[in-house]
Amino acid sequence: MSDLSGLYQELILDHSKRRVGDGALEAPHASHHELNPTCGDEITLGIRLDASGTKVEALGWEGDGCSISMASASALTELVVGTDTAHVRELIDGFRAMLRSQGAGEPDEDLLGDAIAFHGVSKYVMRVKCAMLSWVALEACLIEAEARATQV
Amino acid sequence: MTLDSKQSAPAPSRGLDVAAIRRDFPYLAQELNGFPLAYLDSGATAQRPVAVLDAERAFLEHANAAVHRGASTLVGTSTTAFEDARATVARFVGAGEREIVWAENATDAINIVALGMADAAAGLGGPEADVFRLAAGDEIVVTEAEHHADLIPWQRLAAKTGATLRFVPVNDDGTWGIDDAASVIGPNTKLVAFAHVSNVTGHIAPVTDVVELAHRHGALVLLDACQSVPHRPTDFAALGVDFAAFSAHKMLGPNGIGVLYGREHLLDALPPARTGGSTITTVTMESAQFLPSPQRFEAGTQPVSQAVGLAEAVRYLERLDMQRVHEHEVELAELLVDEVSRIPGIRLVGSGAGVERGALASVDVPGVHAHDVGQFLDSRGIAVRVGHHCAQPLHRRLGLRATTRASAYVYTTADEVRRFTAALAEVRPFFGVTA
Ligand SMILES: Cc1ncc(COP(=O)(O)O)c(C=O)c1O
Repeated sequence: MSDLSGLYQELILDHSKRRVGDGALEAPHASHHELNPTCGDEITLGIRLDASGTKVEALGWEGDGCSISMASASALTELVVGTDTAHVRELIDGFRAMLRSQGAGEPDEDLLGDAIAFHGVSKYVMRVKCAMLSWVALEACLIEAEARATQV
Repeated sequence: MTLDSKQSAPAPSRGLDVAAIRRDFPYLAQELNGFPLAYLDSGATAQRPVAVLDAERAFLEHANAAVHRGASTLVGTSTTAFEDARATVARFVGAGEREIVWAENATDAINIVALGMADAAAGLGGPEADVFRLAAGDEIVVTEAEHHADLIPWQRLAAKTGATLRFVPVNDDGTWGIDDAASVIGPNTKLVAFAHVSNVTGHIAPVTDVVELAHRHGALVLLDACQSVPHRPTDFAALGVDFAAFSAHKMLGPNGIGVLYGREHLLDALPPARTGGSTITTVTMESAQFLPSPQRFEAGTQPVSQAVGLAEAVRYLERLDMQRVHEHEVELAELLVDEVSRIPGIRLVGSGAGVERGALASVDVPGVHAHDVGQFLDSRGIAVRVGHHCAQPLHRRLGLRATTRASAYVYTTADEVRRFTAALAEVRPFFGVTA
């Protein structure tokens, strides 16, 4: 039997209910809408950087989707707010690498913290997109926000 | 609801010998996540019996050659097999041989009509194609419940021709009746397209009533028969539709082949949207004259072994007897509706008990996303479909984003249905959602 608890870790079920960061962000520097066409899951994520343009000051999202996609957005918010954009990029790369691992290897806990709970998702190819949804939106936001910051 | 008398003729319930049938399907003997597989996703794609796999293989081992091209003995053998397959399918759906056109799948079949009509509007096809010419002021009617395959081609046709796309409204449960159709179909209607059996609600359309209404206004009717031809005796001539589409892979047949049915005189007048080799009589440097149906539509090398496989699937279904198939599925549909309705807090899409429906049930589990429902069922060896089932507008209309669908077929047992509903009842507790 496939161990469902490997996929639906306590932390994921908990985040899917707590939904940290749920709610549209006021005056975002960038926002991005991401849709998973196979299931219709969607998220709009907004980001605000600090005055220096190198730190994530605030993040907010509105979304509708499965527990994996919503929990992932929630966990992402906890990890990212207050950190350097350079570190956020590392997080995104690390999270993506973990989800592409198809269950192999050990995730980098020092980098990913609580987000290692999503390692189990990587074994379920059809669910990887769910977990990536908010991270892809974050990546797009970062590019846009930084482009704006350098323009001013 | 009006059922087409042709299809609901009462007959003594004889059902099917499901245990014997299952032995013909190696796929079903698998385990899924440590449980015996309960395959409840035949509405998306059906599994194939050994007879179909063998027929394709035997054809490829002994009879494969270019069809309708050249004059050798080998070509004669393959062409005969190919055309025999067409005759078999034609007999199965109450059609003449020239009324059956091979397509890639049902989606492609619908596109052949939509694209041909766009060509007619663009001036191709001569006066006999007038019946297909749309212009501003003309209306194309579909229902709010259509599969994207029976919606988007019409959106495109409307955009190309200036015609207006209009929608038969559905009730809050996703079903609709002849009165709803009559509220939209009128003198400007040129084409009406709808599913015979909905792939989301299982709703059975009042086909003959709609045909009568549409024809009274001079409109053509296209029937999306994807979820009916595999499951119930279907006779297009008796239904009176002008066109119909269905896919082999949903009726125990191969991938890569579908069927467009059309009344002969209409097919002969419809401009072929895809042109090329094998479709013509005379070709000059400047122009080409097209063969009558079906050849005019079958451009390029055709899915020959797939046609042979589909014909074997048809013979398999005929051996089971489509009336019995239908009765078996009526029983399973009743069981599905009955069992699902017993689970507290679960919303069943479509009509409830007492109304006949296709043997499928789409459900919403409040508080748990369909993906998570599907994952839970998957861990119990139960294969279902989750998502919008290619019917986003219908889900939006129902106030839903995605549902979980179980669909049955000839090899589905009552026990599998009960495993589905028993597991469904555990979903909300697992995800910690209280009633
Ligand atoms: C009602 C209905 N129409 C159209 C289709 C499209 O069939 P296909 O993907 O084989 O072209 C399907 C199946 O997905 C269906 O259920």
